[in-house]
Amino acid sequence: MTAVRCVDLCKTYRQGEEDIKALDHVSIDIDEGGFVCLSAPSGGGKTTLLNAIGGLDKPDSGEVYIASRRIDNLSKGELAELRLRQIGFVFQAFNLIPVLTARENIEFVMQVQGVPSGERQAKALEILEEVGLAGLEDRRPADMSGGQQQRVAVARAIVSRPALVLADEPTANLDSKTADGLMELFRELNDHHNTTFIIATHDKRVMSYAKRLVRMLDGRIVDDVLQDAA
Amino acid sequence: MNLVFRLAWRNLWRQPRRTWLTTGAMMFSNMLLVFMISLQFGMYSLMIDNTLQAFTGHLQIQAPGYIDDKKMRQTVADIVPLAESLRAELTAQHVAARATGFALVSSEERSYGIAVFGVEPEFEDDVSTLPGLIAEGRFLRDNEAAEIVIGAALARNLRVALGDELVLLGSGRDGSFAAGVVKLVGIFDSGIADFDRSVTEIPLGFFQDMFYMNGSGHHVVINAGGIDGVAALQSRVGSLLPAGQELAVHDWDALQPGLQQAIKADMSSAFFMYGILVILVAFSVLNTQLMSVLERTHEFGIVLSLGLTPGRLGRLVLLETAIMGMLGLLLGALLGGLLTYWFSINGFAYPGMEELAAKFNLPARFFPQVSPLTLLIGPGVVFIFTILAALYPALRLQRLQPVEAMRAV
Repeated sequence: MTAVRCVDLCKTYRQGEEDIKALDHVSIDIDEGGFVCLSAPSGGGKTTLLNAIGGLDKPDSGEVYIASRRIDNLSKGELAELRLRQIGFVFQAFNLIPVLTARENIEFVMQVQGVPSGERQAKALEILEEVGLAGLEDRRPADMSGGQQQRVAVARAIVSRPALVLADEPTANLDSKTADGLMELFRELNDHHNTTFIIATHDKRVMSYAKRLVRMLDGRIVDDVLQDAA
Repeated sequence: MNLVFRLAWRNLWRQPRRTWLTTGAMMFSNMLLVFMISLQFGMYSLMIDNTLQAFTGHLQIQAPGYIDDKKMRQTVADIVPLAESLRAELTAQHVAARATGFALVSSEERSYGIAVFGVEPEFEDDVSTLPGLIAEGRFLRDNEAAEIVIGAALARNLRVALGDELVLLGSGRDGSFAAGVVKLVGIFDSGIADFDRSVTEIPLGFFQDMFYMNGSGHHVVINAGGIDGVAALQSRVGSLLPAGQELAVHDWDALQPGLQQAIKADMSSAFFMYGILVILVAFSVLNTQLMSVLERTHEFGIVLSLGLTPGRLGRLVLLETAIMGMLGLLLGALLGGLLTYWFSINGFAYPGMEELAAKFNLPARFFPQVSPLTLLIGPGVVFIFTILAALYPALRLQRLQPVEAMRAV
């Protein structure tokens, strides 16, 4: 079944006097359980495509479907609900809430989802163990390394078992060993829970983990290949 | 503790100095409001009690229409038995009968127009502070005696001393010529020149004879002890009046409309100043919350991308403000309450206050009146305006787009 479908997406940004085509008639289908890497040089359109798929940004034209539901025409509130229930995000800069501890950062999403307190706490501890952060649950982001913060961000993204995880340069701020650890974690989640992963990156090592590699240039898909993952 | 509450609380203390400054502004204004409002209410209560207990009383029984047109003929029949029967019923209050007339008072050298009150010597000090203001001589004793007490200013004007005789000339109840010779037995000094110049008292029995009152009078004065419960007492007194006799029971507000107006005027100007104070605090909160929202734009982008709606985000900002406002309210009300409580025991005075106080027949020290109302009304209004001030930053968040917000530094 198709997890994500993009049909003829266009998005143009204005930069000074110049119009930049971030997405230029992009169409792509991604199946459930897919592990897709979007690769492109800076400004190639991968983050814009990821944002459009995640409902963070609206395309100028074209259609986006998540689990067969069209989302590009949804209201702000409906998009927020979609992100809350169905999509997990992992960002380059971790983007944890600085005043909350690791456990509270993970619990926060569940609190918004209305998960009862006891269940929330148990799930948060469980997922922290799963990402290898058992014992660090009461640390705030400032007291953790980049790799640990990114693991918390991943835990936050997957704690509610979303069908789709969107990751934008998730390893950009990590050393190679931590980056490998993170990608292995992604693959494990993909294999065990059939979670669909779409990862925007220009890191070749990250690409080597992908089952499908989509290359973009100047807002267009220029190559789309299946590959044997690492 | 709820996670959203925890988040709001910790967000507040990211910039502790700024939060304390804003909370401090709220706390200080709340303290000030508690003290000023308590002092104001204490003053009003004192003004009312002093004015009413000085002479007017909290309730008066009069002939209908007398309050608007004080004619000698508008009388309450058999006023002394009526006062006695009310005295028997109203054991917790004080009751005395009075009659009022106007006369020309003459000494050997001079004459002046004055108000003459016929009072029951035995009961007058229960409803009036005037007997206690006698500076020379004594108050009236015998209900039938041809005696008079006058104010110090009138005594000076008439150039009379204790023991001198004064001649009273006026019109009786039936319009006939009324005259009497009375002996000056006491001179009072209320400190209010107008009062001391124009008011005199003679025994009610003598008044009734001189002015041909035929047992009637003009007012039954009731001192309730305080203004609380006057409305209930008014209806009770109404039910105790003799059947078949048309009489009116007026409360202090009807008897002294100027008093209420003076209080309202004073209240309006004071509340205008309080309003300015509250608005200044609200702008301080607006500034703090706007800055706080602007510097967290990136973070708000994150939580929006995680699925928080702009509405919930706005509520988070309002919750932060509410916590800060509640902190200001509690600390301000507590410190203001303690400060006011101290002054309510020891009194409060400032230079030049004595003159002002004397003008309103008040003591030279004021005692603030602490009550739940005075403790909470000012801080409550500050709290409401604090929340209103945070509405703008909260509403700004409704326009926030996750991607644009996350691009903010």
